[in-house]
Amino acid sequence: MPAKPAGLAPADRGSEPDVVRAAAPERKRAPTAAIRRHWRRWAPGYLFLLPSVAILLVFVAYPIVESLWMSLHNWSFFSSSHPFVGLGNYDTMLHDPRFWNALRNTAIYTAVVVPGQLAIGLALAVALQRNTLINKFFRSIYFFPVISALATMGIVWKFLLDPDIGIINHLLVSVGLPDIDFLQSTTWALPAVMTVGIWKSAGFSMVIFLAALQDIPQSIIEAALIDGAGPWQRFRRVILPLLRPSMLFAAVIATITSMQLFDQVYVMTSGGPLFHTDTLVTYLYEVGFQDFRSGYAAAISWVLFLLILALSMLQLRLFRFKEID
Amino acid sequence: MATNPITSGRLARTTAGTAGTAYLDRRSRRWRWWRVLPVGTKWVALIAGAAIVVLPFLWMLGTSFKPEADVFGYPLRLQPTHPTLSNYAAIWSQLPFLRLIVNSIVFAGGVTVCSVFFDSLAAYALARLRFPGRDLAFYLVLATLMVPFQVTLVPVFQLVFDLHWLNTYQGLIVPRATSAFGIFLLRQFFITVPRELDEAARIDGASEWYIYRKIMLPLAKPALVTLGIFYFMNNWNDFLWPLVMTSSTNMRNLPAGLTLFAGQYVVEHGVLMAGAVISLIPLAVAFVLAQRYFVRGIATTGLK
Repeated sequence: MPAKPAGLAPADRGSEPDVVRAAAPERKRAPTAAIRRHWRRWAPGYLFLLPSVAILLVFVAYPIVESLWMSLHNWSFFSSSHPFVGLGNYDTMLHDPRFWNALRNTAIYTAVVVPGQLAIGLALAVALQRNTLINKFFRSIYFFPVISALATMGIVWKFLLDPDIGIINHLLVSVGLPDIDFLQSTTWALPAVMTVGIWKSAGFSMVIFLAALQDIPQSIIEAALIDGAGPWQRFRRVILPLLRPSMLFAAVIATITSMQLFDQVYVMTSGGPLFHTDTLVTYLYEVGFQDFRSGYAAAISWVLFLLILALSMLQLRLFRFKEID
Repeated sequence: MATNPITSGRLARTTAGTAGTAYLDRRSRRWRWWRVLPVGTKWVALIAGAAIVVLPFLWMLGTSFKPEADVFGYPLRLQPTHPTLSNYAAIWSQLPFLRLIVNSIVFAGGVTVCSVFFDSLAAYALARLRFPGRDLAFYLVLATLMVPFQVTLVPVFQLVFDLHWLNTYQGLIVPRATSAFGIFLLRQFFITVPRELDEAARIDGASEWYIYRKIMLPLAKPALVTLGIFYFMNNWNDFLWPLVMTSSTNMRNLPAGLTLFAGQYVVEHGVLMAGAVISLIPLAVAFVLAQRYFVRGIATTGLK
């Protein structure tokens, strides 16, 4: 056991003022003994918690509060005075076309990538659910993008989609389709970013659904089979309802990840062309760490948090509601 | 999360024969087109999908061995006309690549070691010890669990700046040296360990440190490895955090550094791809060796 630091003694003896102890030295023994006894029992708990709680307080809990505080001020990183503006930053946001544009892009991305990722993941899980060697091989392939760095692979995708050196354009041209400069096109840049998003995360959904599928008792499937349920009915009426908890989990995680979209956008398009792939977090990064408008950036981050919270709640409600009928 | 079926982590275990739901119907073993067609379509789709999934990796690998002329001359070829190792030689001089690797190892390794250690300490206290304020600490963990890290990014940047920790390893590592998520995960695990084990040791006069070190940690090994791989992967691949906390090229990790060079400096494509290949190797090797832990870690935890 490491030595006990003196400053951590639990203040449970507050009822025994110092004056009393000083005036009556013979009474001193009992409380100190009690403190020592308690301390013996409690000290390990405080010491075990100390590193984590200190870090969480200083680098997470306090910054959460400070972030909210900053968002109520006209807070610039380099200026020493931070005038209070109340909800001014949030009001600015309401009239900021860049913010609405970023929100729209993030919403479109989430609305496409989350269902796409879940559907592909589910299809892959059903197709590859048997534990054969070849299935395991395919699972590894589909899972591999999950472990790769999105920023680094964003560079690769940028090259793949390049009109000069990219293999994708040359493939399109060779089958007679038009040559498209995807990442410079206001129409195609966001779909390109979405494709990379689905490419990266479909394997994640697959893994969650695979685990859930393998936990379904064989007897349930057999019972459905005996009742004469066809393959589609077995899937729709038996398997799918049993997958609901993992569906919820996958959907919530996928939504949170999508709402925080940053890496591949920053690398592939930097939010362009003409802000068509700007997202909440790329905009937050620009405001907070390039323009150093900390207060406004903090306000954006709180809106992001509330949106994520609301969406997660909505999904919880949605999936639970379905369970009733 | 506690009721989540994924936590059972059965995925990679070979329980062959328990799953095949659509395959029970085996009365007719003869090949008929209406039987073969769906299966055939399935495999064509799976192979096509797999081709799309591996295309970026193959292109990256191929280009890393290509002379620059090949990149422009034969954009449809994945493989080089004249394979060369010159890109792998050039990366060390065209980029401060060794430095990026060292930074990535120190950053991801440091966060992993500190987090797993501190998380397990805190989780042990929350799961097993009694003292005033324990529930308060647990609520603190739960409260910070829900908040996305972008919310704290601006104030933490200010804090790290005030500490003069920008562009330092401690600035990268210390704010991440524990996570509410890891504490929560390990606490849930420690709670499932039978109390008799540590009660017996406690009666024998073992210290809490001894119980934690000699009883709990060995039992929690799979959970610790899973969490460690999760931390290492996330921080090895992380981009936004190093981007914000470092401005000097010499302090960037691999993704942030490579991206910087892809965007700002004229670097040959092959050289950049060689860098990308090297930066992928550690996780790829770990994935092949410990796929089970990767899958379990990611399935229980989500990505970020």
